[in-house]
Parts: sequence; structure tokens; C-alpha cells
Amino acid sequence: MYNIALIGNQNCGKTTLFNRLTGSRQKVGNFPGVTVDVATGPLRGKTGFIVVDLPGVYSLSPYSAEEKITRDYLFKSRPECVINILDATNLNRNLYLTMQILETQTPTIVALNMMDDVAANGTVIDVEKLSELLGVIVVPISAAKNQGIEELVEKCVKICQSGDKNSFRDRCEGAIHTAIHSISHLVETNASRMGLPAKFSAIRIIENDKEIIDTLALAQNQLEIIDHFVSDLEKSLGTDREAAIVDMRYANIEAIYKEVVKKPGENKSQLRTDKIDKILTHKVFSIPIFAIVMGLIFYLTFGLVGKTASDALSAFLDIAGQGLRDLLTRAEVSGWLISLVCDGLFTGISSVLSFLPTILVLFLLLSIVEDSGYMARIAFVMDKLLRKIGLSGRSIVPMLIGFGCSVPAYMATRTLSSDRDRKLTLATVPFMSCSAKIPVYALFTMAFFRHYRAPVMLFLYFFSIAAGIFYALVLQKTKFRGQSVPFMMELPPYRLPSVKTVLTFMWEKAKGFLVKAFTVILLASLAVWFLTNVSFKFSMVGDSSQSILAGVAKWIAPVFAPLGFGDWRLTTSLIAGLSAKEAVVSTLAILFNVSQAELPAALGSILSPLQALSFLVFVSQYMPCVAAFATLRKEVKSTRFAVLAMALQTAVAYISALIVYTFGMLFTL
Amino acid sequence: MTLDTLQIGASARIIKVSGQGALRKRLLDMGLTPGTNVKLYKKAPMGDPVEIIIRGYHLTLRLSEAKNIFVEEAIA
Repeated sequence: MYNIALIGNQNCGKTTLFNRLTGSRQKVGNFPGVTVDVATGPLRGKTGFIVVDLPGVYSLSPYSAEEKITRDYLFKSRPECVINILDATNLNRNLYLTMQILETQTPTIVALNMMDDVAANGTVIDVEKLSELLGVIVVPISAAKNQGIEELVEKCVKICQSGDKNSFRDRCEGAIHTAIHSISHLVETNASRMGLPAKFSAIRIIENDKEIIDTLALAQNQLEIIDHFVSDLEKSLGTDREAAIVDMRYANIEAIYKEVVKKPGENKSQLRTDKIDKILTHKVFSIPIFAIVMGLIFYLTFGLVGKTASDALSAFLDIAGQGLRDLLTRAEVSGWLISLVCDGLFTGISSVLSFLPTILVLFLLLSIVEDSGYMARIAFVMDKLLRKIGLSGRSIVPMLIGFGCSVPAYMATRTLSSDRDRKLTLATVPFMSCSAKIPVYALFTMAFFRHYRAPVMLFLYFFSIAAGIFYALVLQKTKFRGQSVPFMMELPPYRLPSVKTVLTFMWEKAKGFLVKAFTVILLASLAVWFLTNVSFKFSMVGDSSQSILAGVAKWIAPVFAPLGFGDWRLTTSLIAGLSAKEAVVSTLAILFNVSQAELPAALGSILSPLQALSFLVFVSQYMPCVAAFATLRKEVKSTRFAVLAMALQTAVAYISALIVYTFGMLFTL
Repeated sequence: MTLDTLQIGASARIIKVSGQGALRKRLLDMGLTPGTNVKLYKKAPMGDPVEIIIRGYHLTLRLSEAKNIFVEEAIA
């Protein structure tokens, strides 16, 4: 089996090329502890070749989670071939990573992407010359237009099978040349013991790459000699060791660029981008435009398309469910089995499926926003606001989607490129009160705040956001301390997203959700069914007040007494709300044995307005439903993280409700 | 002077990159090396971050990061 690593900058068309190379048989790899995805897939039309899509990075330094994954794969797993994809319209910037890849002496093939744009710009790149100067095969391609892919595949296969290593091309001179050579001789034995090339090790040592220095296990006298070489180098160049190596790479790039780019045309996509950005990142218009775009996404996802599709689907599922019930009844299956199948199993399946239209529509739209280059502008425009809570501009999108539903919001964090930002955003998202909680707010405000419904709801939303911000700040000062990553990123030219990439992305999201979340949601639905329909004596109950759930709730209820709502029926509804927030209302109706219309009056008899408010505050902030939990667990690939996040969040909700209730008591006394 | 104090539309030459660890490495890796010309192209609506042109591409960075880039303004 040959491994082919696909490496490139962000925004250079890497994902599009990956889709071209592998088709639809992709698998997302598991890297424990990080949220960054590494997709793998077999090379299309060949057997025995696996393409690994590594995170898009600008450099191979050991700082961010993404860079670590890419560099570890390259340095340690040692793929048989690297496909380094470059945006040919931006050679200067993209060749930097190429220089670092070539230093590793891994067999490499350069895929020069967006050659169609280069031609349109009137730029002429001498591909043969570039290949000669880099010392590796260069294939001009257009991933979006599916040009040059076959040639790339054939040449890549050949490289894998030949097993030839790249020789190190010495392009440097003077003091840096002396230093690299001296150090590489010095550490040769250490390097070969670790399976690393000596020149590569020398460059990394000069660059002060702590990880490589540690790996080499150098002796004290070696380190002293190295220090001596390095200080000589710094003195003669008048710069420091890190800058010296970066300079060397960029000097090479400039020399190559001069020889290779025969006729620099005007970059048409950049000119077009500048014009578009005059409006989209305009001082005054940019934020309203962002609001409109988000509003449109929201409307299409949760309103028009999402709701219509969801409603149609759930109407169909209702009919199917009823049909199933009738069928089982006619077959004279016993009552508990009918209930298990129809209320437990079927409800679980329906709840998974009902998320599907929303996810499809949302990710179709988000993929367009991301691939067109607008997402980078959102980050640019909104960054200052989000930075105050330790996040970066891109986090705004999943957070806003959280007001619709936490499930797609969690999934939308995929567009965040930094692992740290992603985890922090995931923790904050559920504080954006989701739309499934609205029926609960509606019921309680109807019962207790008939004349102040809107202000109370606004209070709930803002209080929850405030709690989320506070929570993010605390996390940042504790768990995520010192992990902040530089914000720096490229503002790529606007491009028309490729239909194939957008559809693949949408499909992958939906498939991922179905596969990974299905079991958890189904099991949880069965558990809730069991708890609400079975008594401690394991017999079926007709009245849910006799159920295990009620028993558990009666036991837990005193915990909520300090918040003002120690009634076991409210506790039961909160637990039932874990299956889906809408269940809070329906459970209350069952337990009070009244219709939903009579529920406000019934609630009014057991709660004061302040206690009701405290209950609402708790509902608005406590842990989201099982579907959200399953999604979070899938996104972070860690049950521990997901459980901890839920527990912490419920603790925050408890404290918030306690604060509201205690302060309220003080003022009303 | 440092890059964050540059006027919109002004060009300058980088003379020194300060800072430490991940931040400094990232600045250098992105091509912000001494001797390179840089142009402050735009500021975000809230004044931060800024968009610069360096080595022929558009890069955005925060003012707090730009503070580490010492520049001298090009004589027009």
C-alpha cells in the first residue's frame, strides 16, 4: 500500500483536487484530541494507493494543531509521495511551503493549480524551468476544471513505485551554507538513527525547531558546538537564526520566481476581488451586508426550505408511524412492544431524519460562503468583536446558527481552521438559545408574564448570551490559557465555488451526521422511552407519574429547590427535555393531566412568577438535547470532552438560575 | 515606527520583526521578513484587523500582531 500525502496552503483548491483524486469513497481519519479532520480515500482508478488530505497550512512550524498534524505525518509517517498543490496565481506565497517540503527529501510532485486563471491573466509560467529548479516533477492542473489530473495521477504512481528519494538541492550560499553543512556533518549519526535526512535536521536545528532538536537526542558537546555555529551565523548575517532560515527560503523563491515567471500579467481575479471588497468589506456597508447574508442563510435553512422540507418529512413520518402502529395492532402484537417500536424506536429514527433537510440546506449554503472566499471576509470584518471573548471572526457563523439549532451549529465549526478556536466555539454555541426552546418560553411567558412576554424573552436570550461570554472567558483563562494562535490569514481572491466540491461537502456532512449520531440518538430515544413508560417493577405504566423517570425526578427534585422549582413534575420535564426541548411542554401537560391550553393555569398554581423566571433561565442555558450531544461528541471525537462540556454547561445554568432567583427574592422581600 | 501605525495606502519597508515563539515564526513564515516591502491596504470596519499587501498577496493581521513589525516608510 502506497501513501500519498496531499499538502498545500489554505484556499489553493486542495479539497477540490482531493475530490478529483479519490471520488466519493472518502473516510475521515481519527486523530485523538484534535477536531481537525484528515480525510483519506483510495486513488481513483488505481489499486493500492491511498491519498491523505492533510490540513491546509502555510508552514510546517510546530505551533498550531493543524501544522502539527501535517508536519508529523510528513516527518514521521513518511509517505511514499507528496502531492504539493500550489495556487499558481500566487506563487511567491505558495512556494514557501514547497521549500519546506523539499527540505524533508520526501519524493514530491508539484501540482500547479489554477493554471486556467494564470492563462486568463496573461501570465506565462515556464513549467519546465520550474521543475528543473525545484528538482521535482511539476504538473500544471486546474482542479476546478478537471484538467491535468490524469497526468498528475500517472506521474505520482510512477514516483511511488520507483521509490527514489529526492536529493537535497543546495540553493544557499555564504554563511548559511557553511552553517547548514557544518551542522549536518555534526548531527549526521543522530539524524540517521532517527531516520531523518541530515541537511533537513541541520536546517531545523538552525531554525530552533525544539521538537526536532529533542528528537535528535544530541549530546551536550554537540549542542555547544551547534550554539557556536549558530552565533557565528547570526553575527555574519546580522540577523537571528529563525529569520536566517526564512530569508534563505524566500531568497530561493525570489530567484526561482524571476526565472520562471516569464511575463507577469495583471492578476484579473485579484482586480475583481479588490472591486468586490470595496463593498463587502466597506467601512459602513460590510456589517449590514453580513447581517443580510446571515439572515438569508437563517431564513433559507430554518425558514423556507428547511421548515418546508422538515414539515413534509415529519408529516410523512407521522403517517408512516401511524401505519406501523395500525399494522402492529392488527397483528395483535402486545401493547408494550407496539409502544417500544412506535414511541421509542420510530420516534428516535424520525428525530434523526428530521435534522437532515436542515443540515443539507445549511451546508450547501455554508460551503458556498466558505469556498467563494466570503468566509475569510466575515472573519476580517467581525474579528474585533469576537476577539473580546477570545475567539476569532469566523466563530460568529456557528454562533449565530446556534440560535436555530445547536446540531448544525456544532457541525458548522468545521469552517474554523484552528483547533483551539473550534473547541472554544463548540463550548459557547449551546448558550445561543436554540429555536426548540421557544415553545417553552411561549408557554411560561403566557402563564406568568402575559404583559411582558417580549421583554422576558429578550432577557432570556441576552442573559444566556452573557453567560456564554462569561463561560468562554473563564475557559480561556483556564483550560485554553496560552494557546492563542496568531490570527494572520490570507484574504484569498473571490472564486466561484465548484459544484462538485460544494455537493461533496454537503453529502459528507449529512452522511457523517447520519452515521455517527444515529446510534446515540436512537439509544437515547429508547432510554427515554424506557424511563417514561416503565416502572421500577419493570411493568408498563399507563400514567407516567409511576414511571422510573418520575421516580428519579422525585429523587433529584430537591436539588432544584434552591432555584425555586423543586416540584418533581418540573424536574421530570427537564429530563424529558433532553430528548428534545419541545418535550418539556408535552411532558408537563401529561404530568399535570391537562391539555396544553390549560397548562398555563396549572403552572400558575404551583409557581410564582419569579420561580417561573428562574425555571426559564435554567431551560435557556442547561445542556442541549441528545442529538446535540451526539453531534458534539462526533465533532470533538471525545466522549470525555462532550460529557464535560454538558456538565459544565448545566452547572452554569444552575448558577445563573440561582443568581436570578436569589436577587429576585432580595428585591421582592 | 511599527506597521500598525501606518496610514491606509502607505507603503513601507520592514526593518525588524520582534515578538516571540509562535507569533514571530508565523510572521516570518508569512513572508514578513526584514527588507520586504509592505503596503497597508485597508482596515476592517472596526479599525482592526488590517489588510496588508506583501509579496503580491493580501494578508490580514491584527494590530497587536502588526505592532511587532518595525518599518521605515518608503521615500516616495
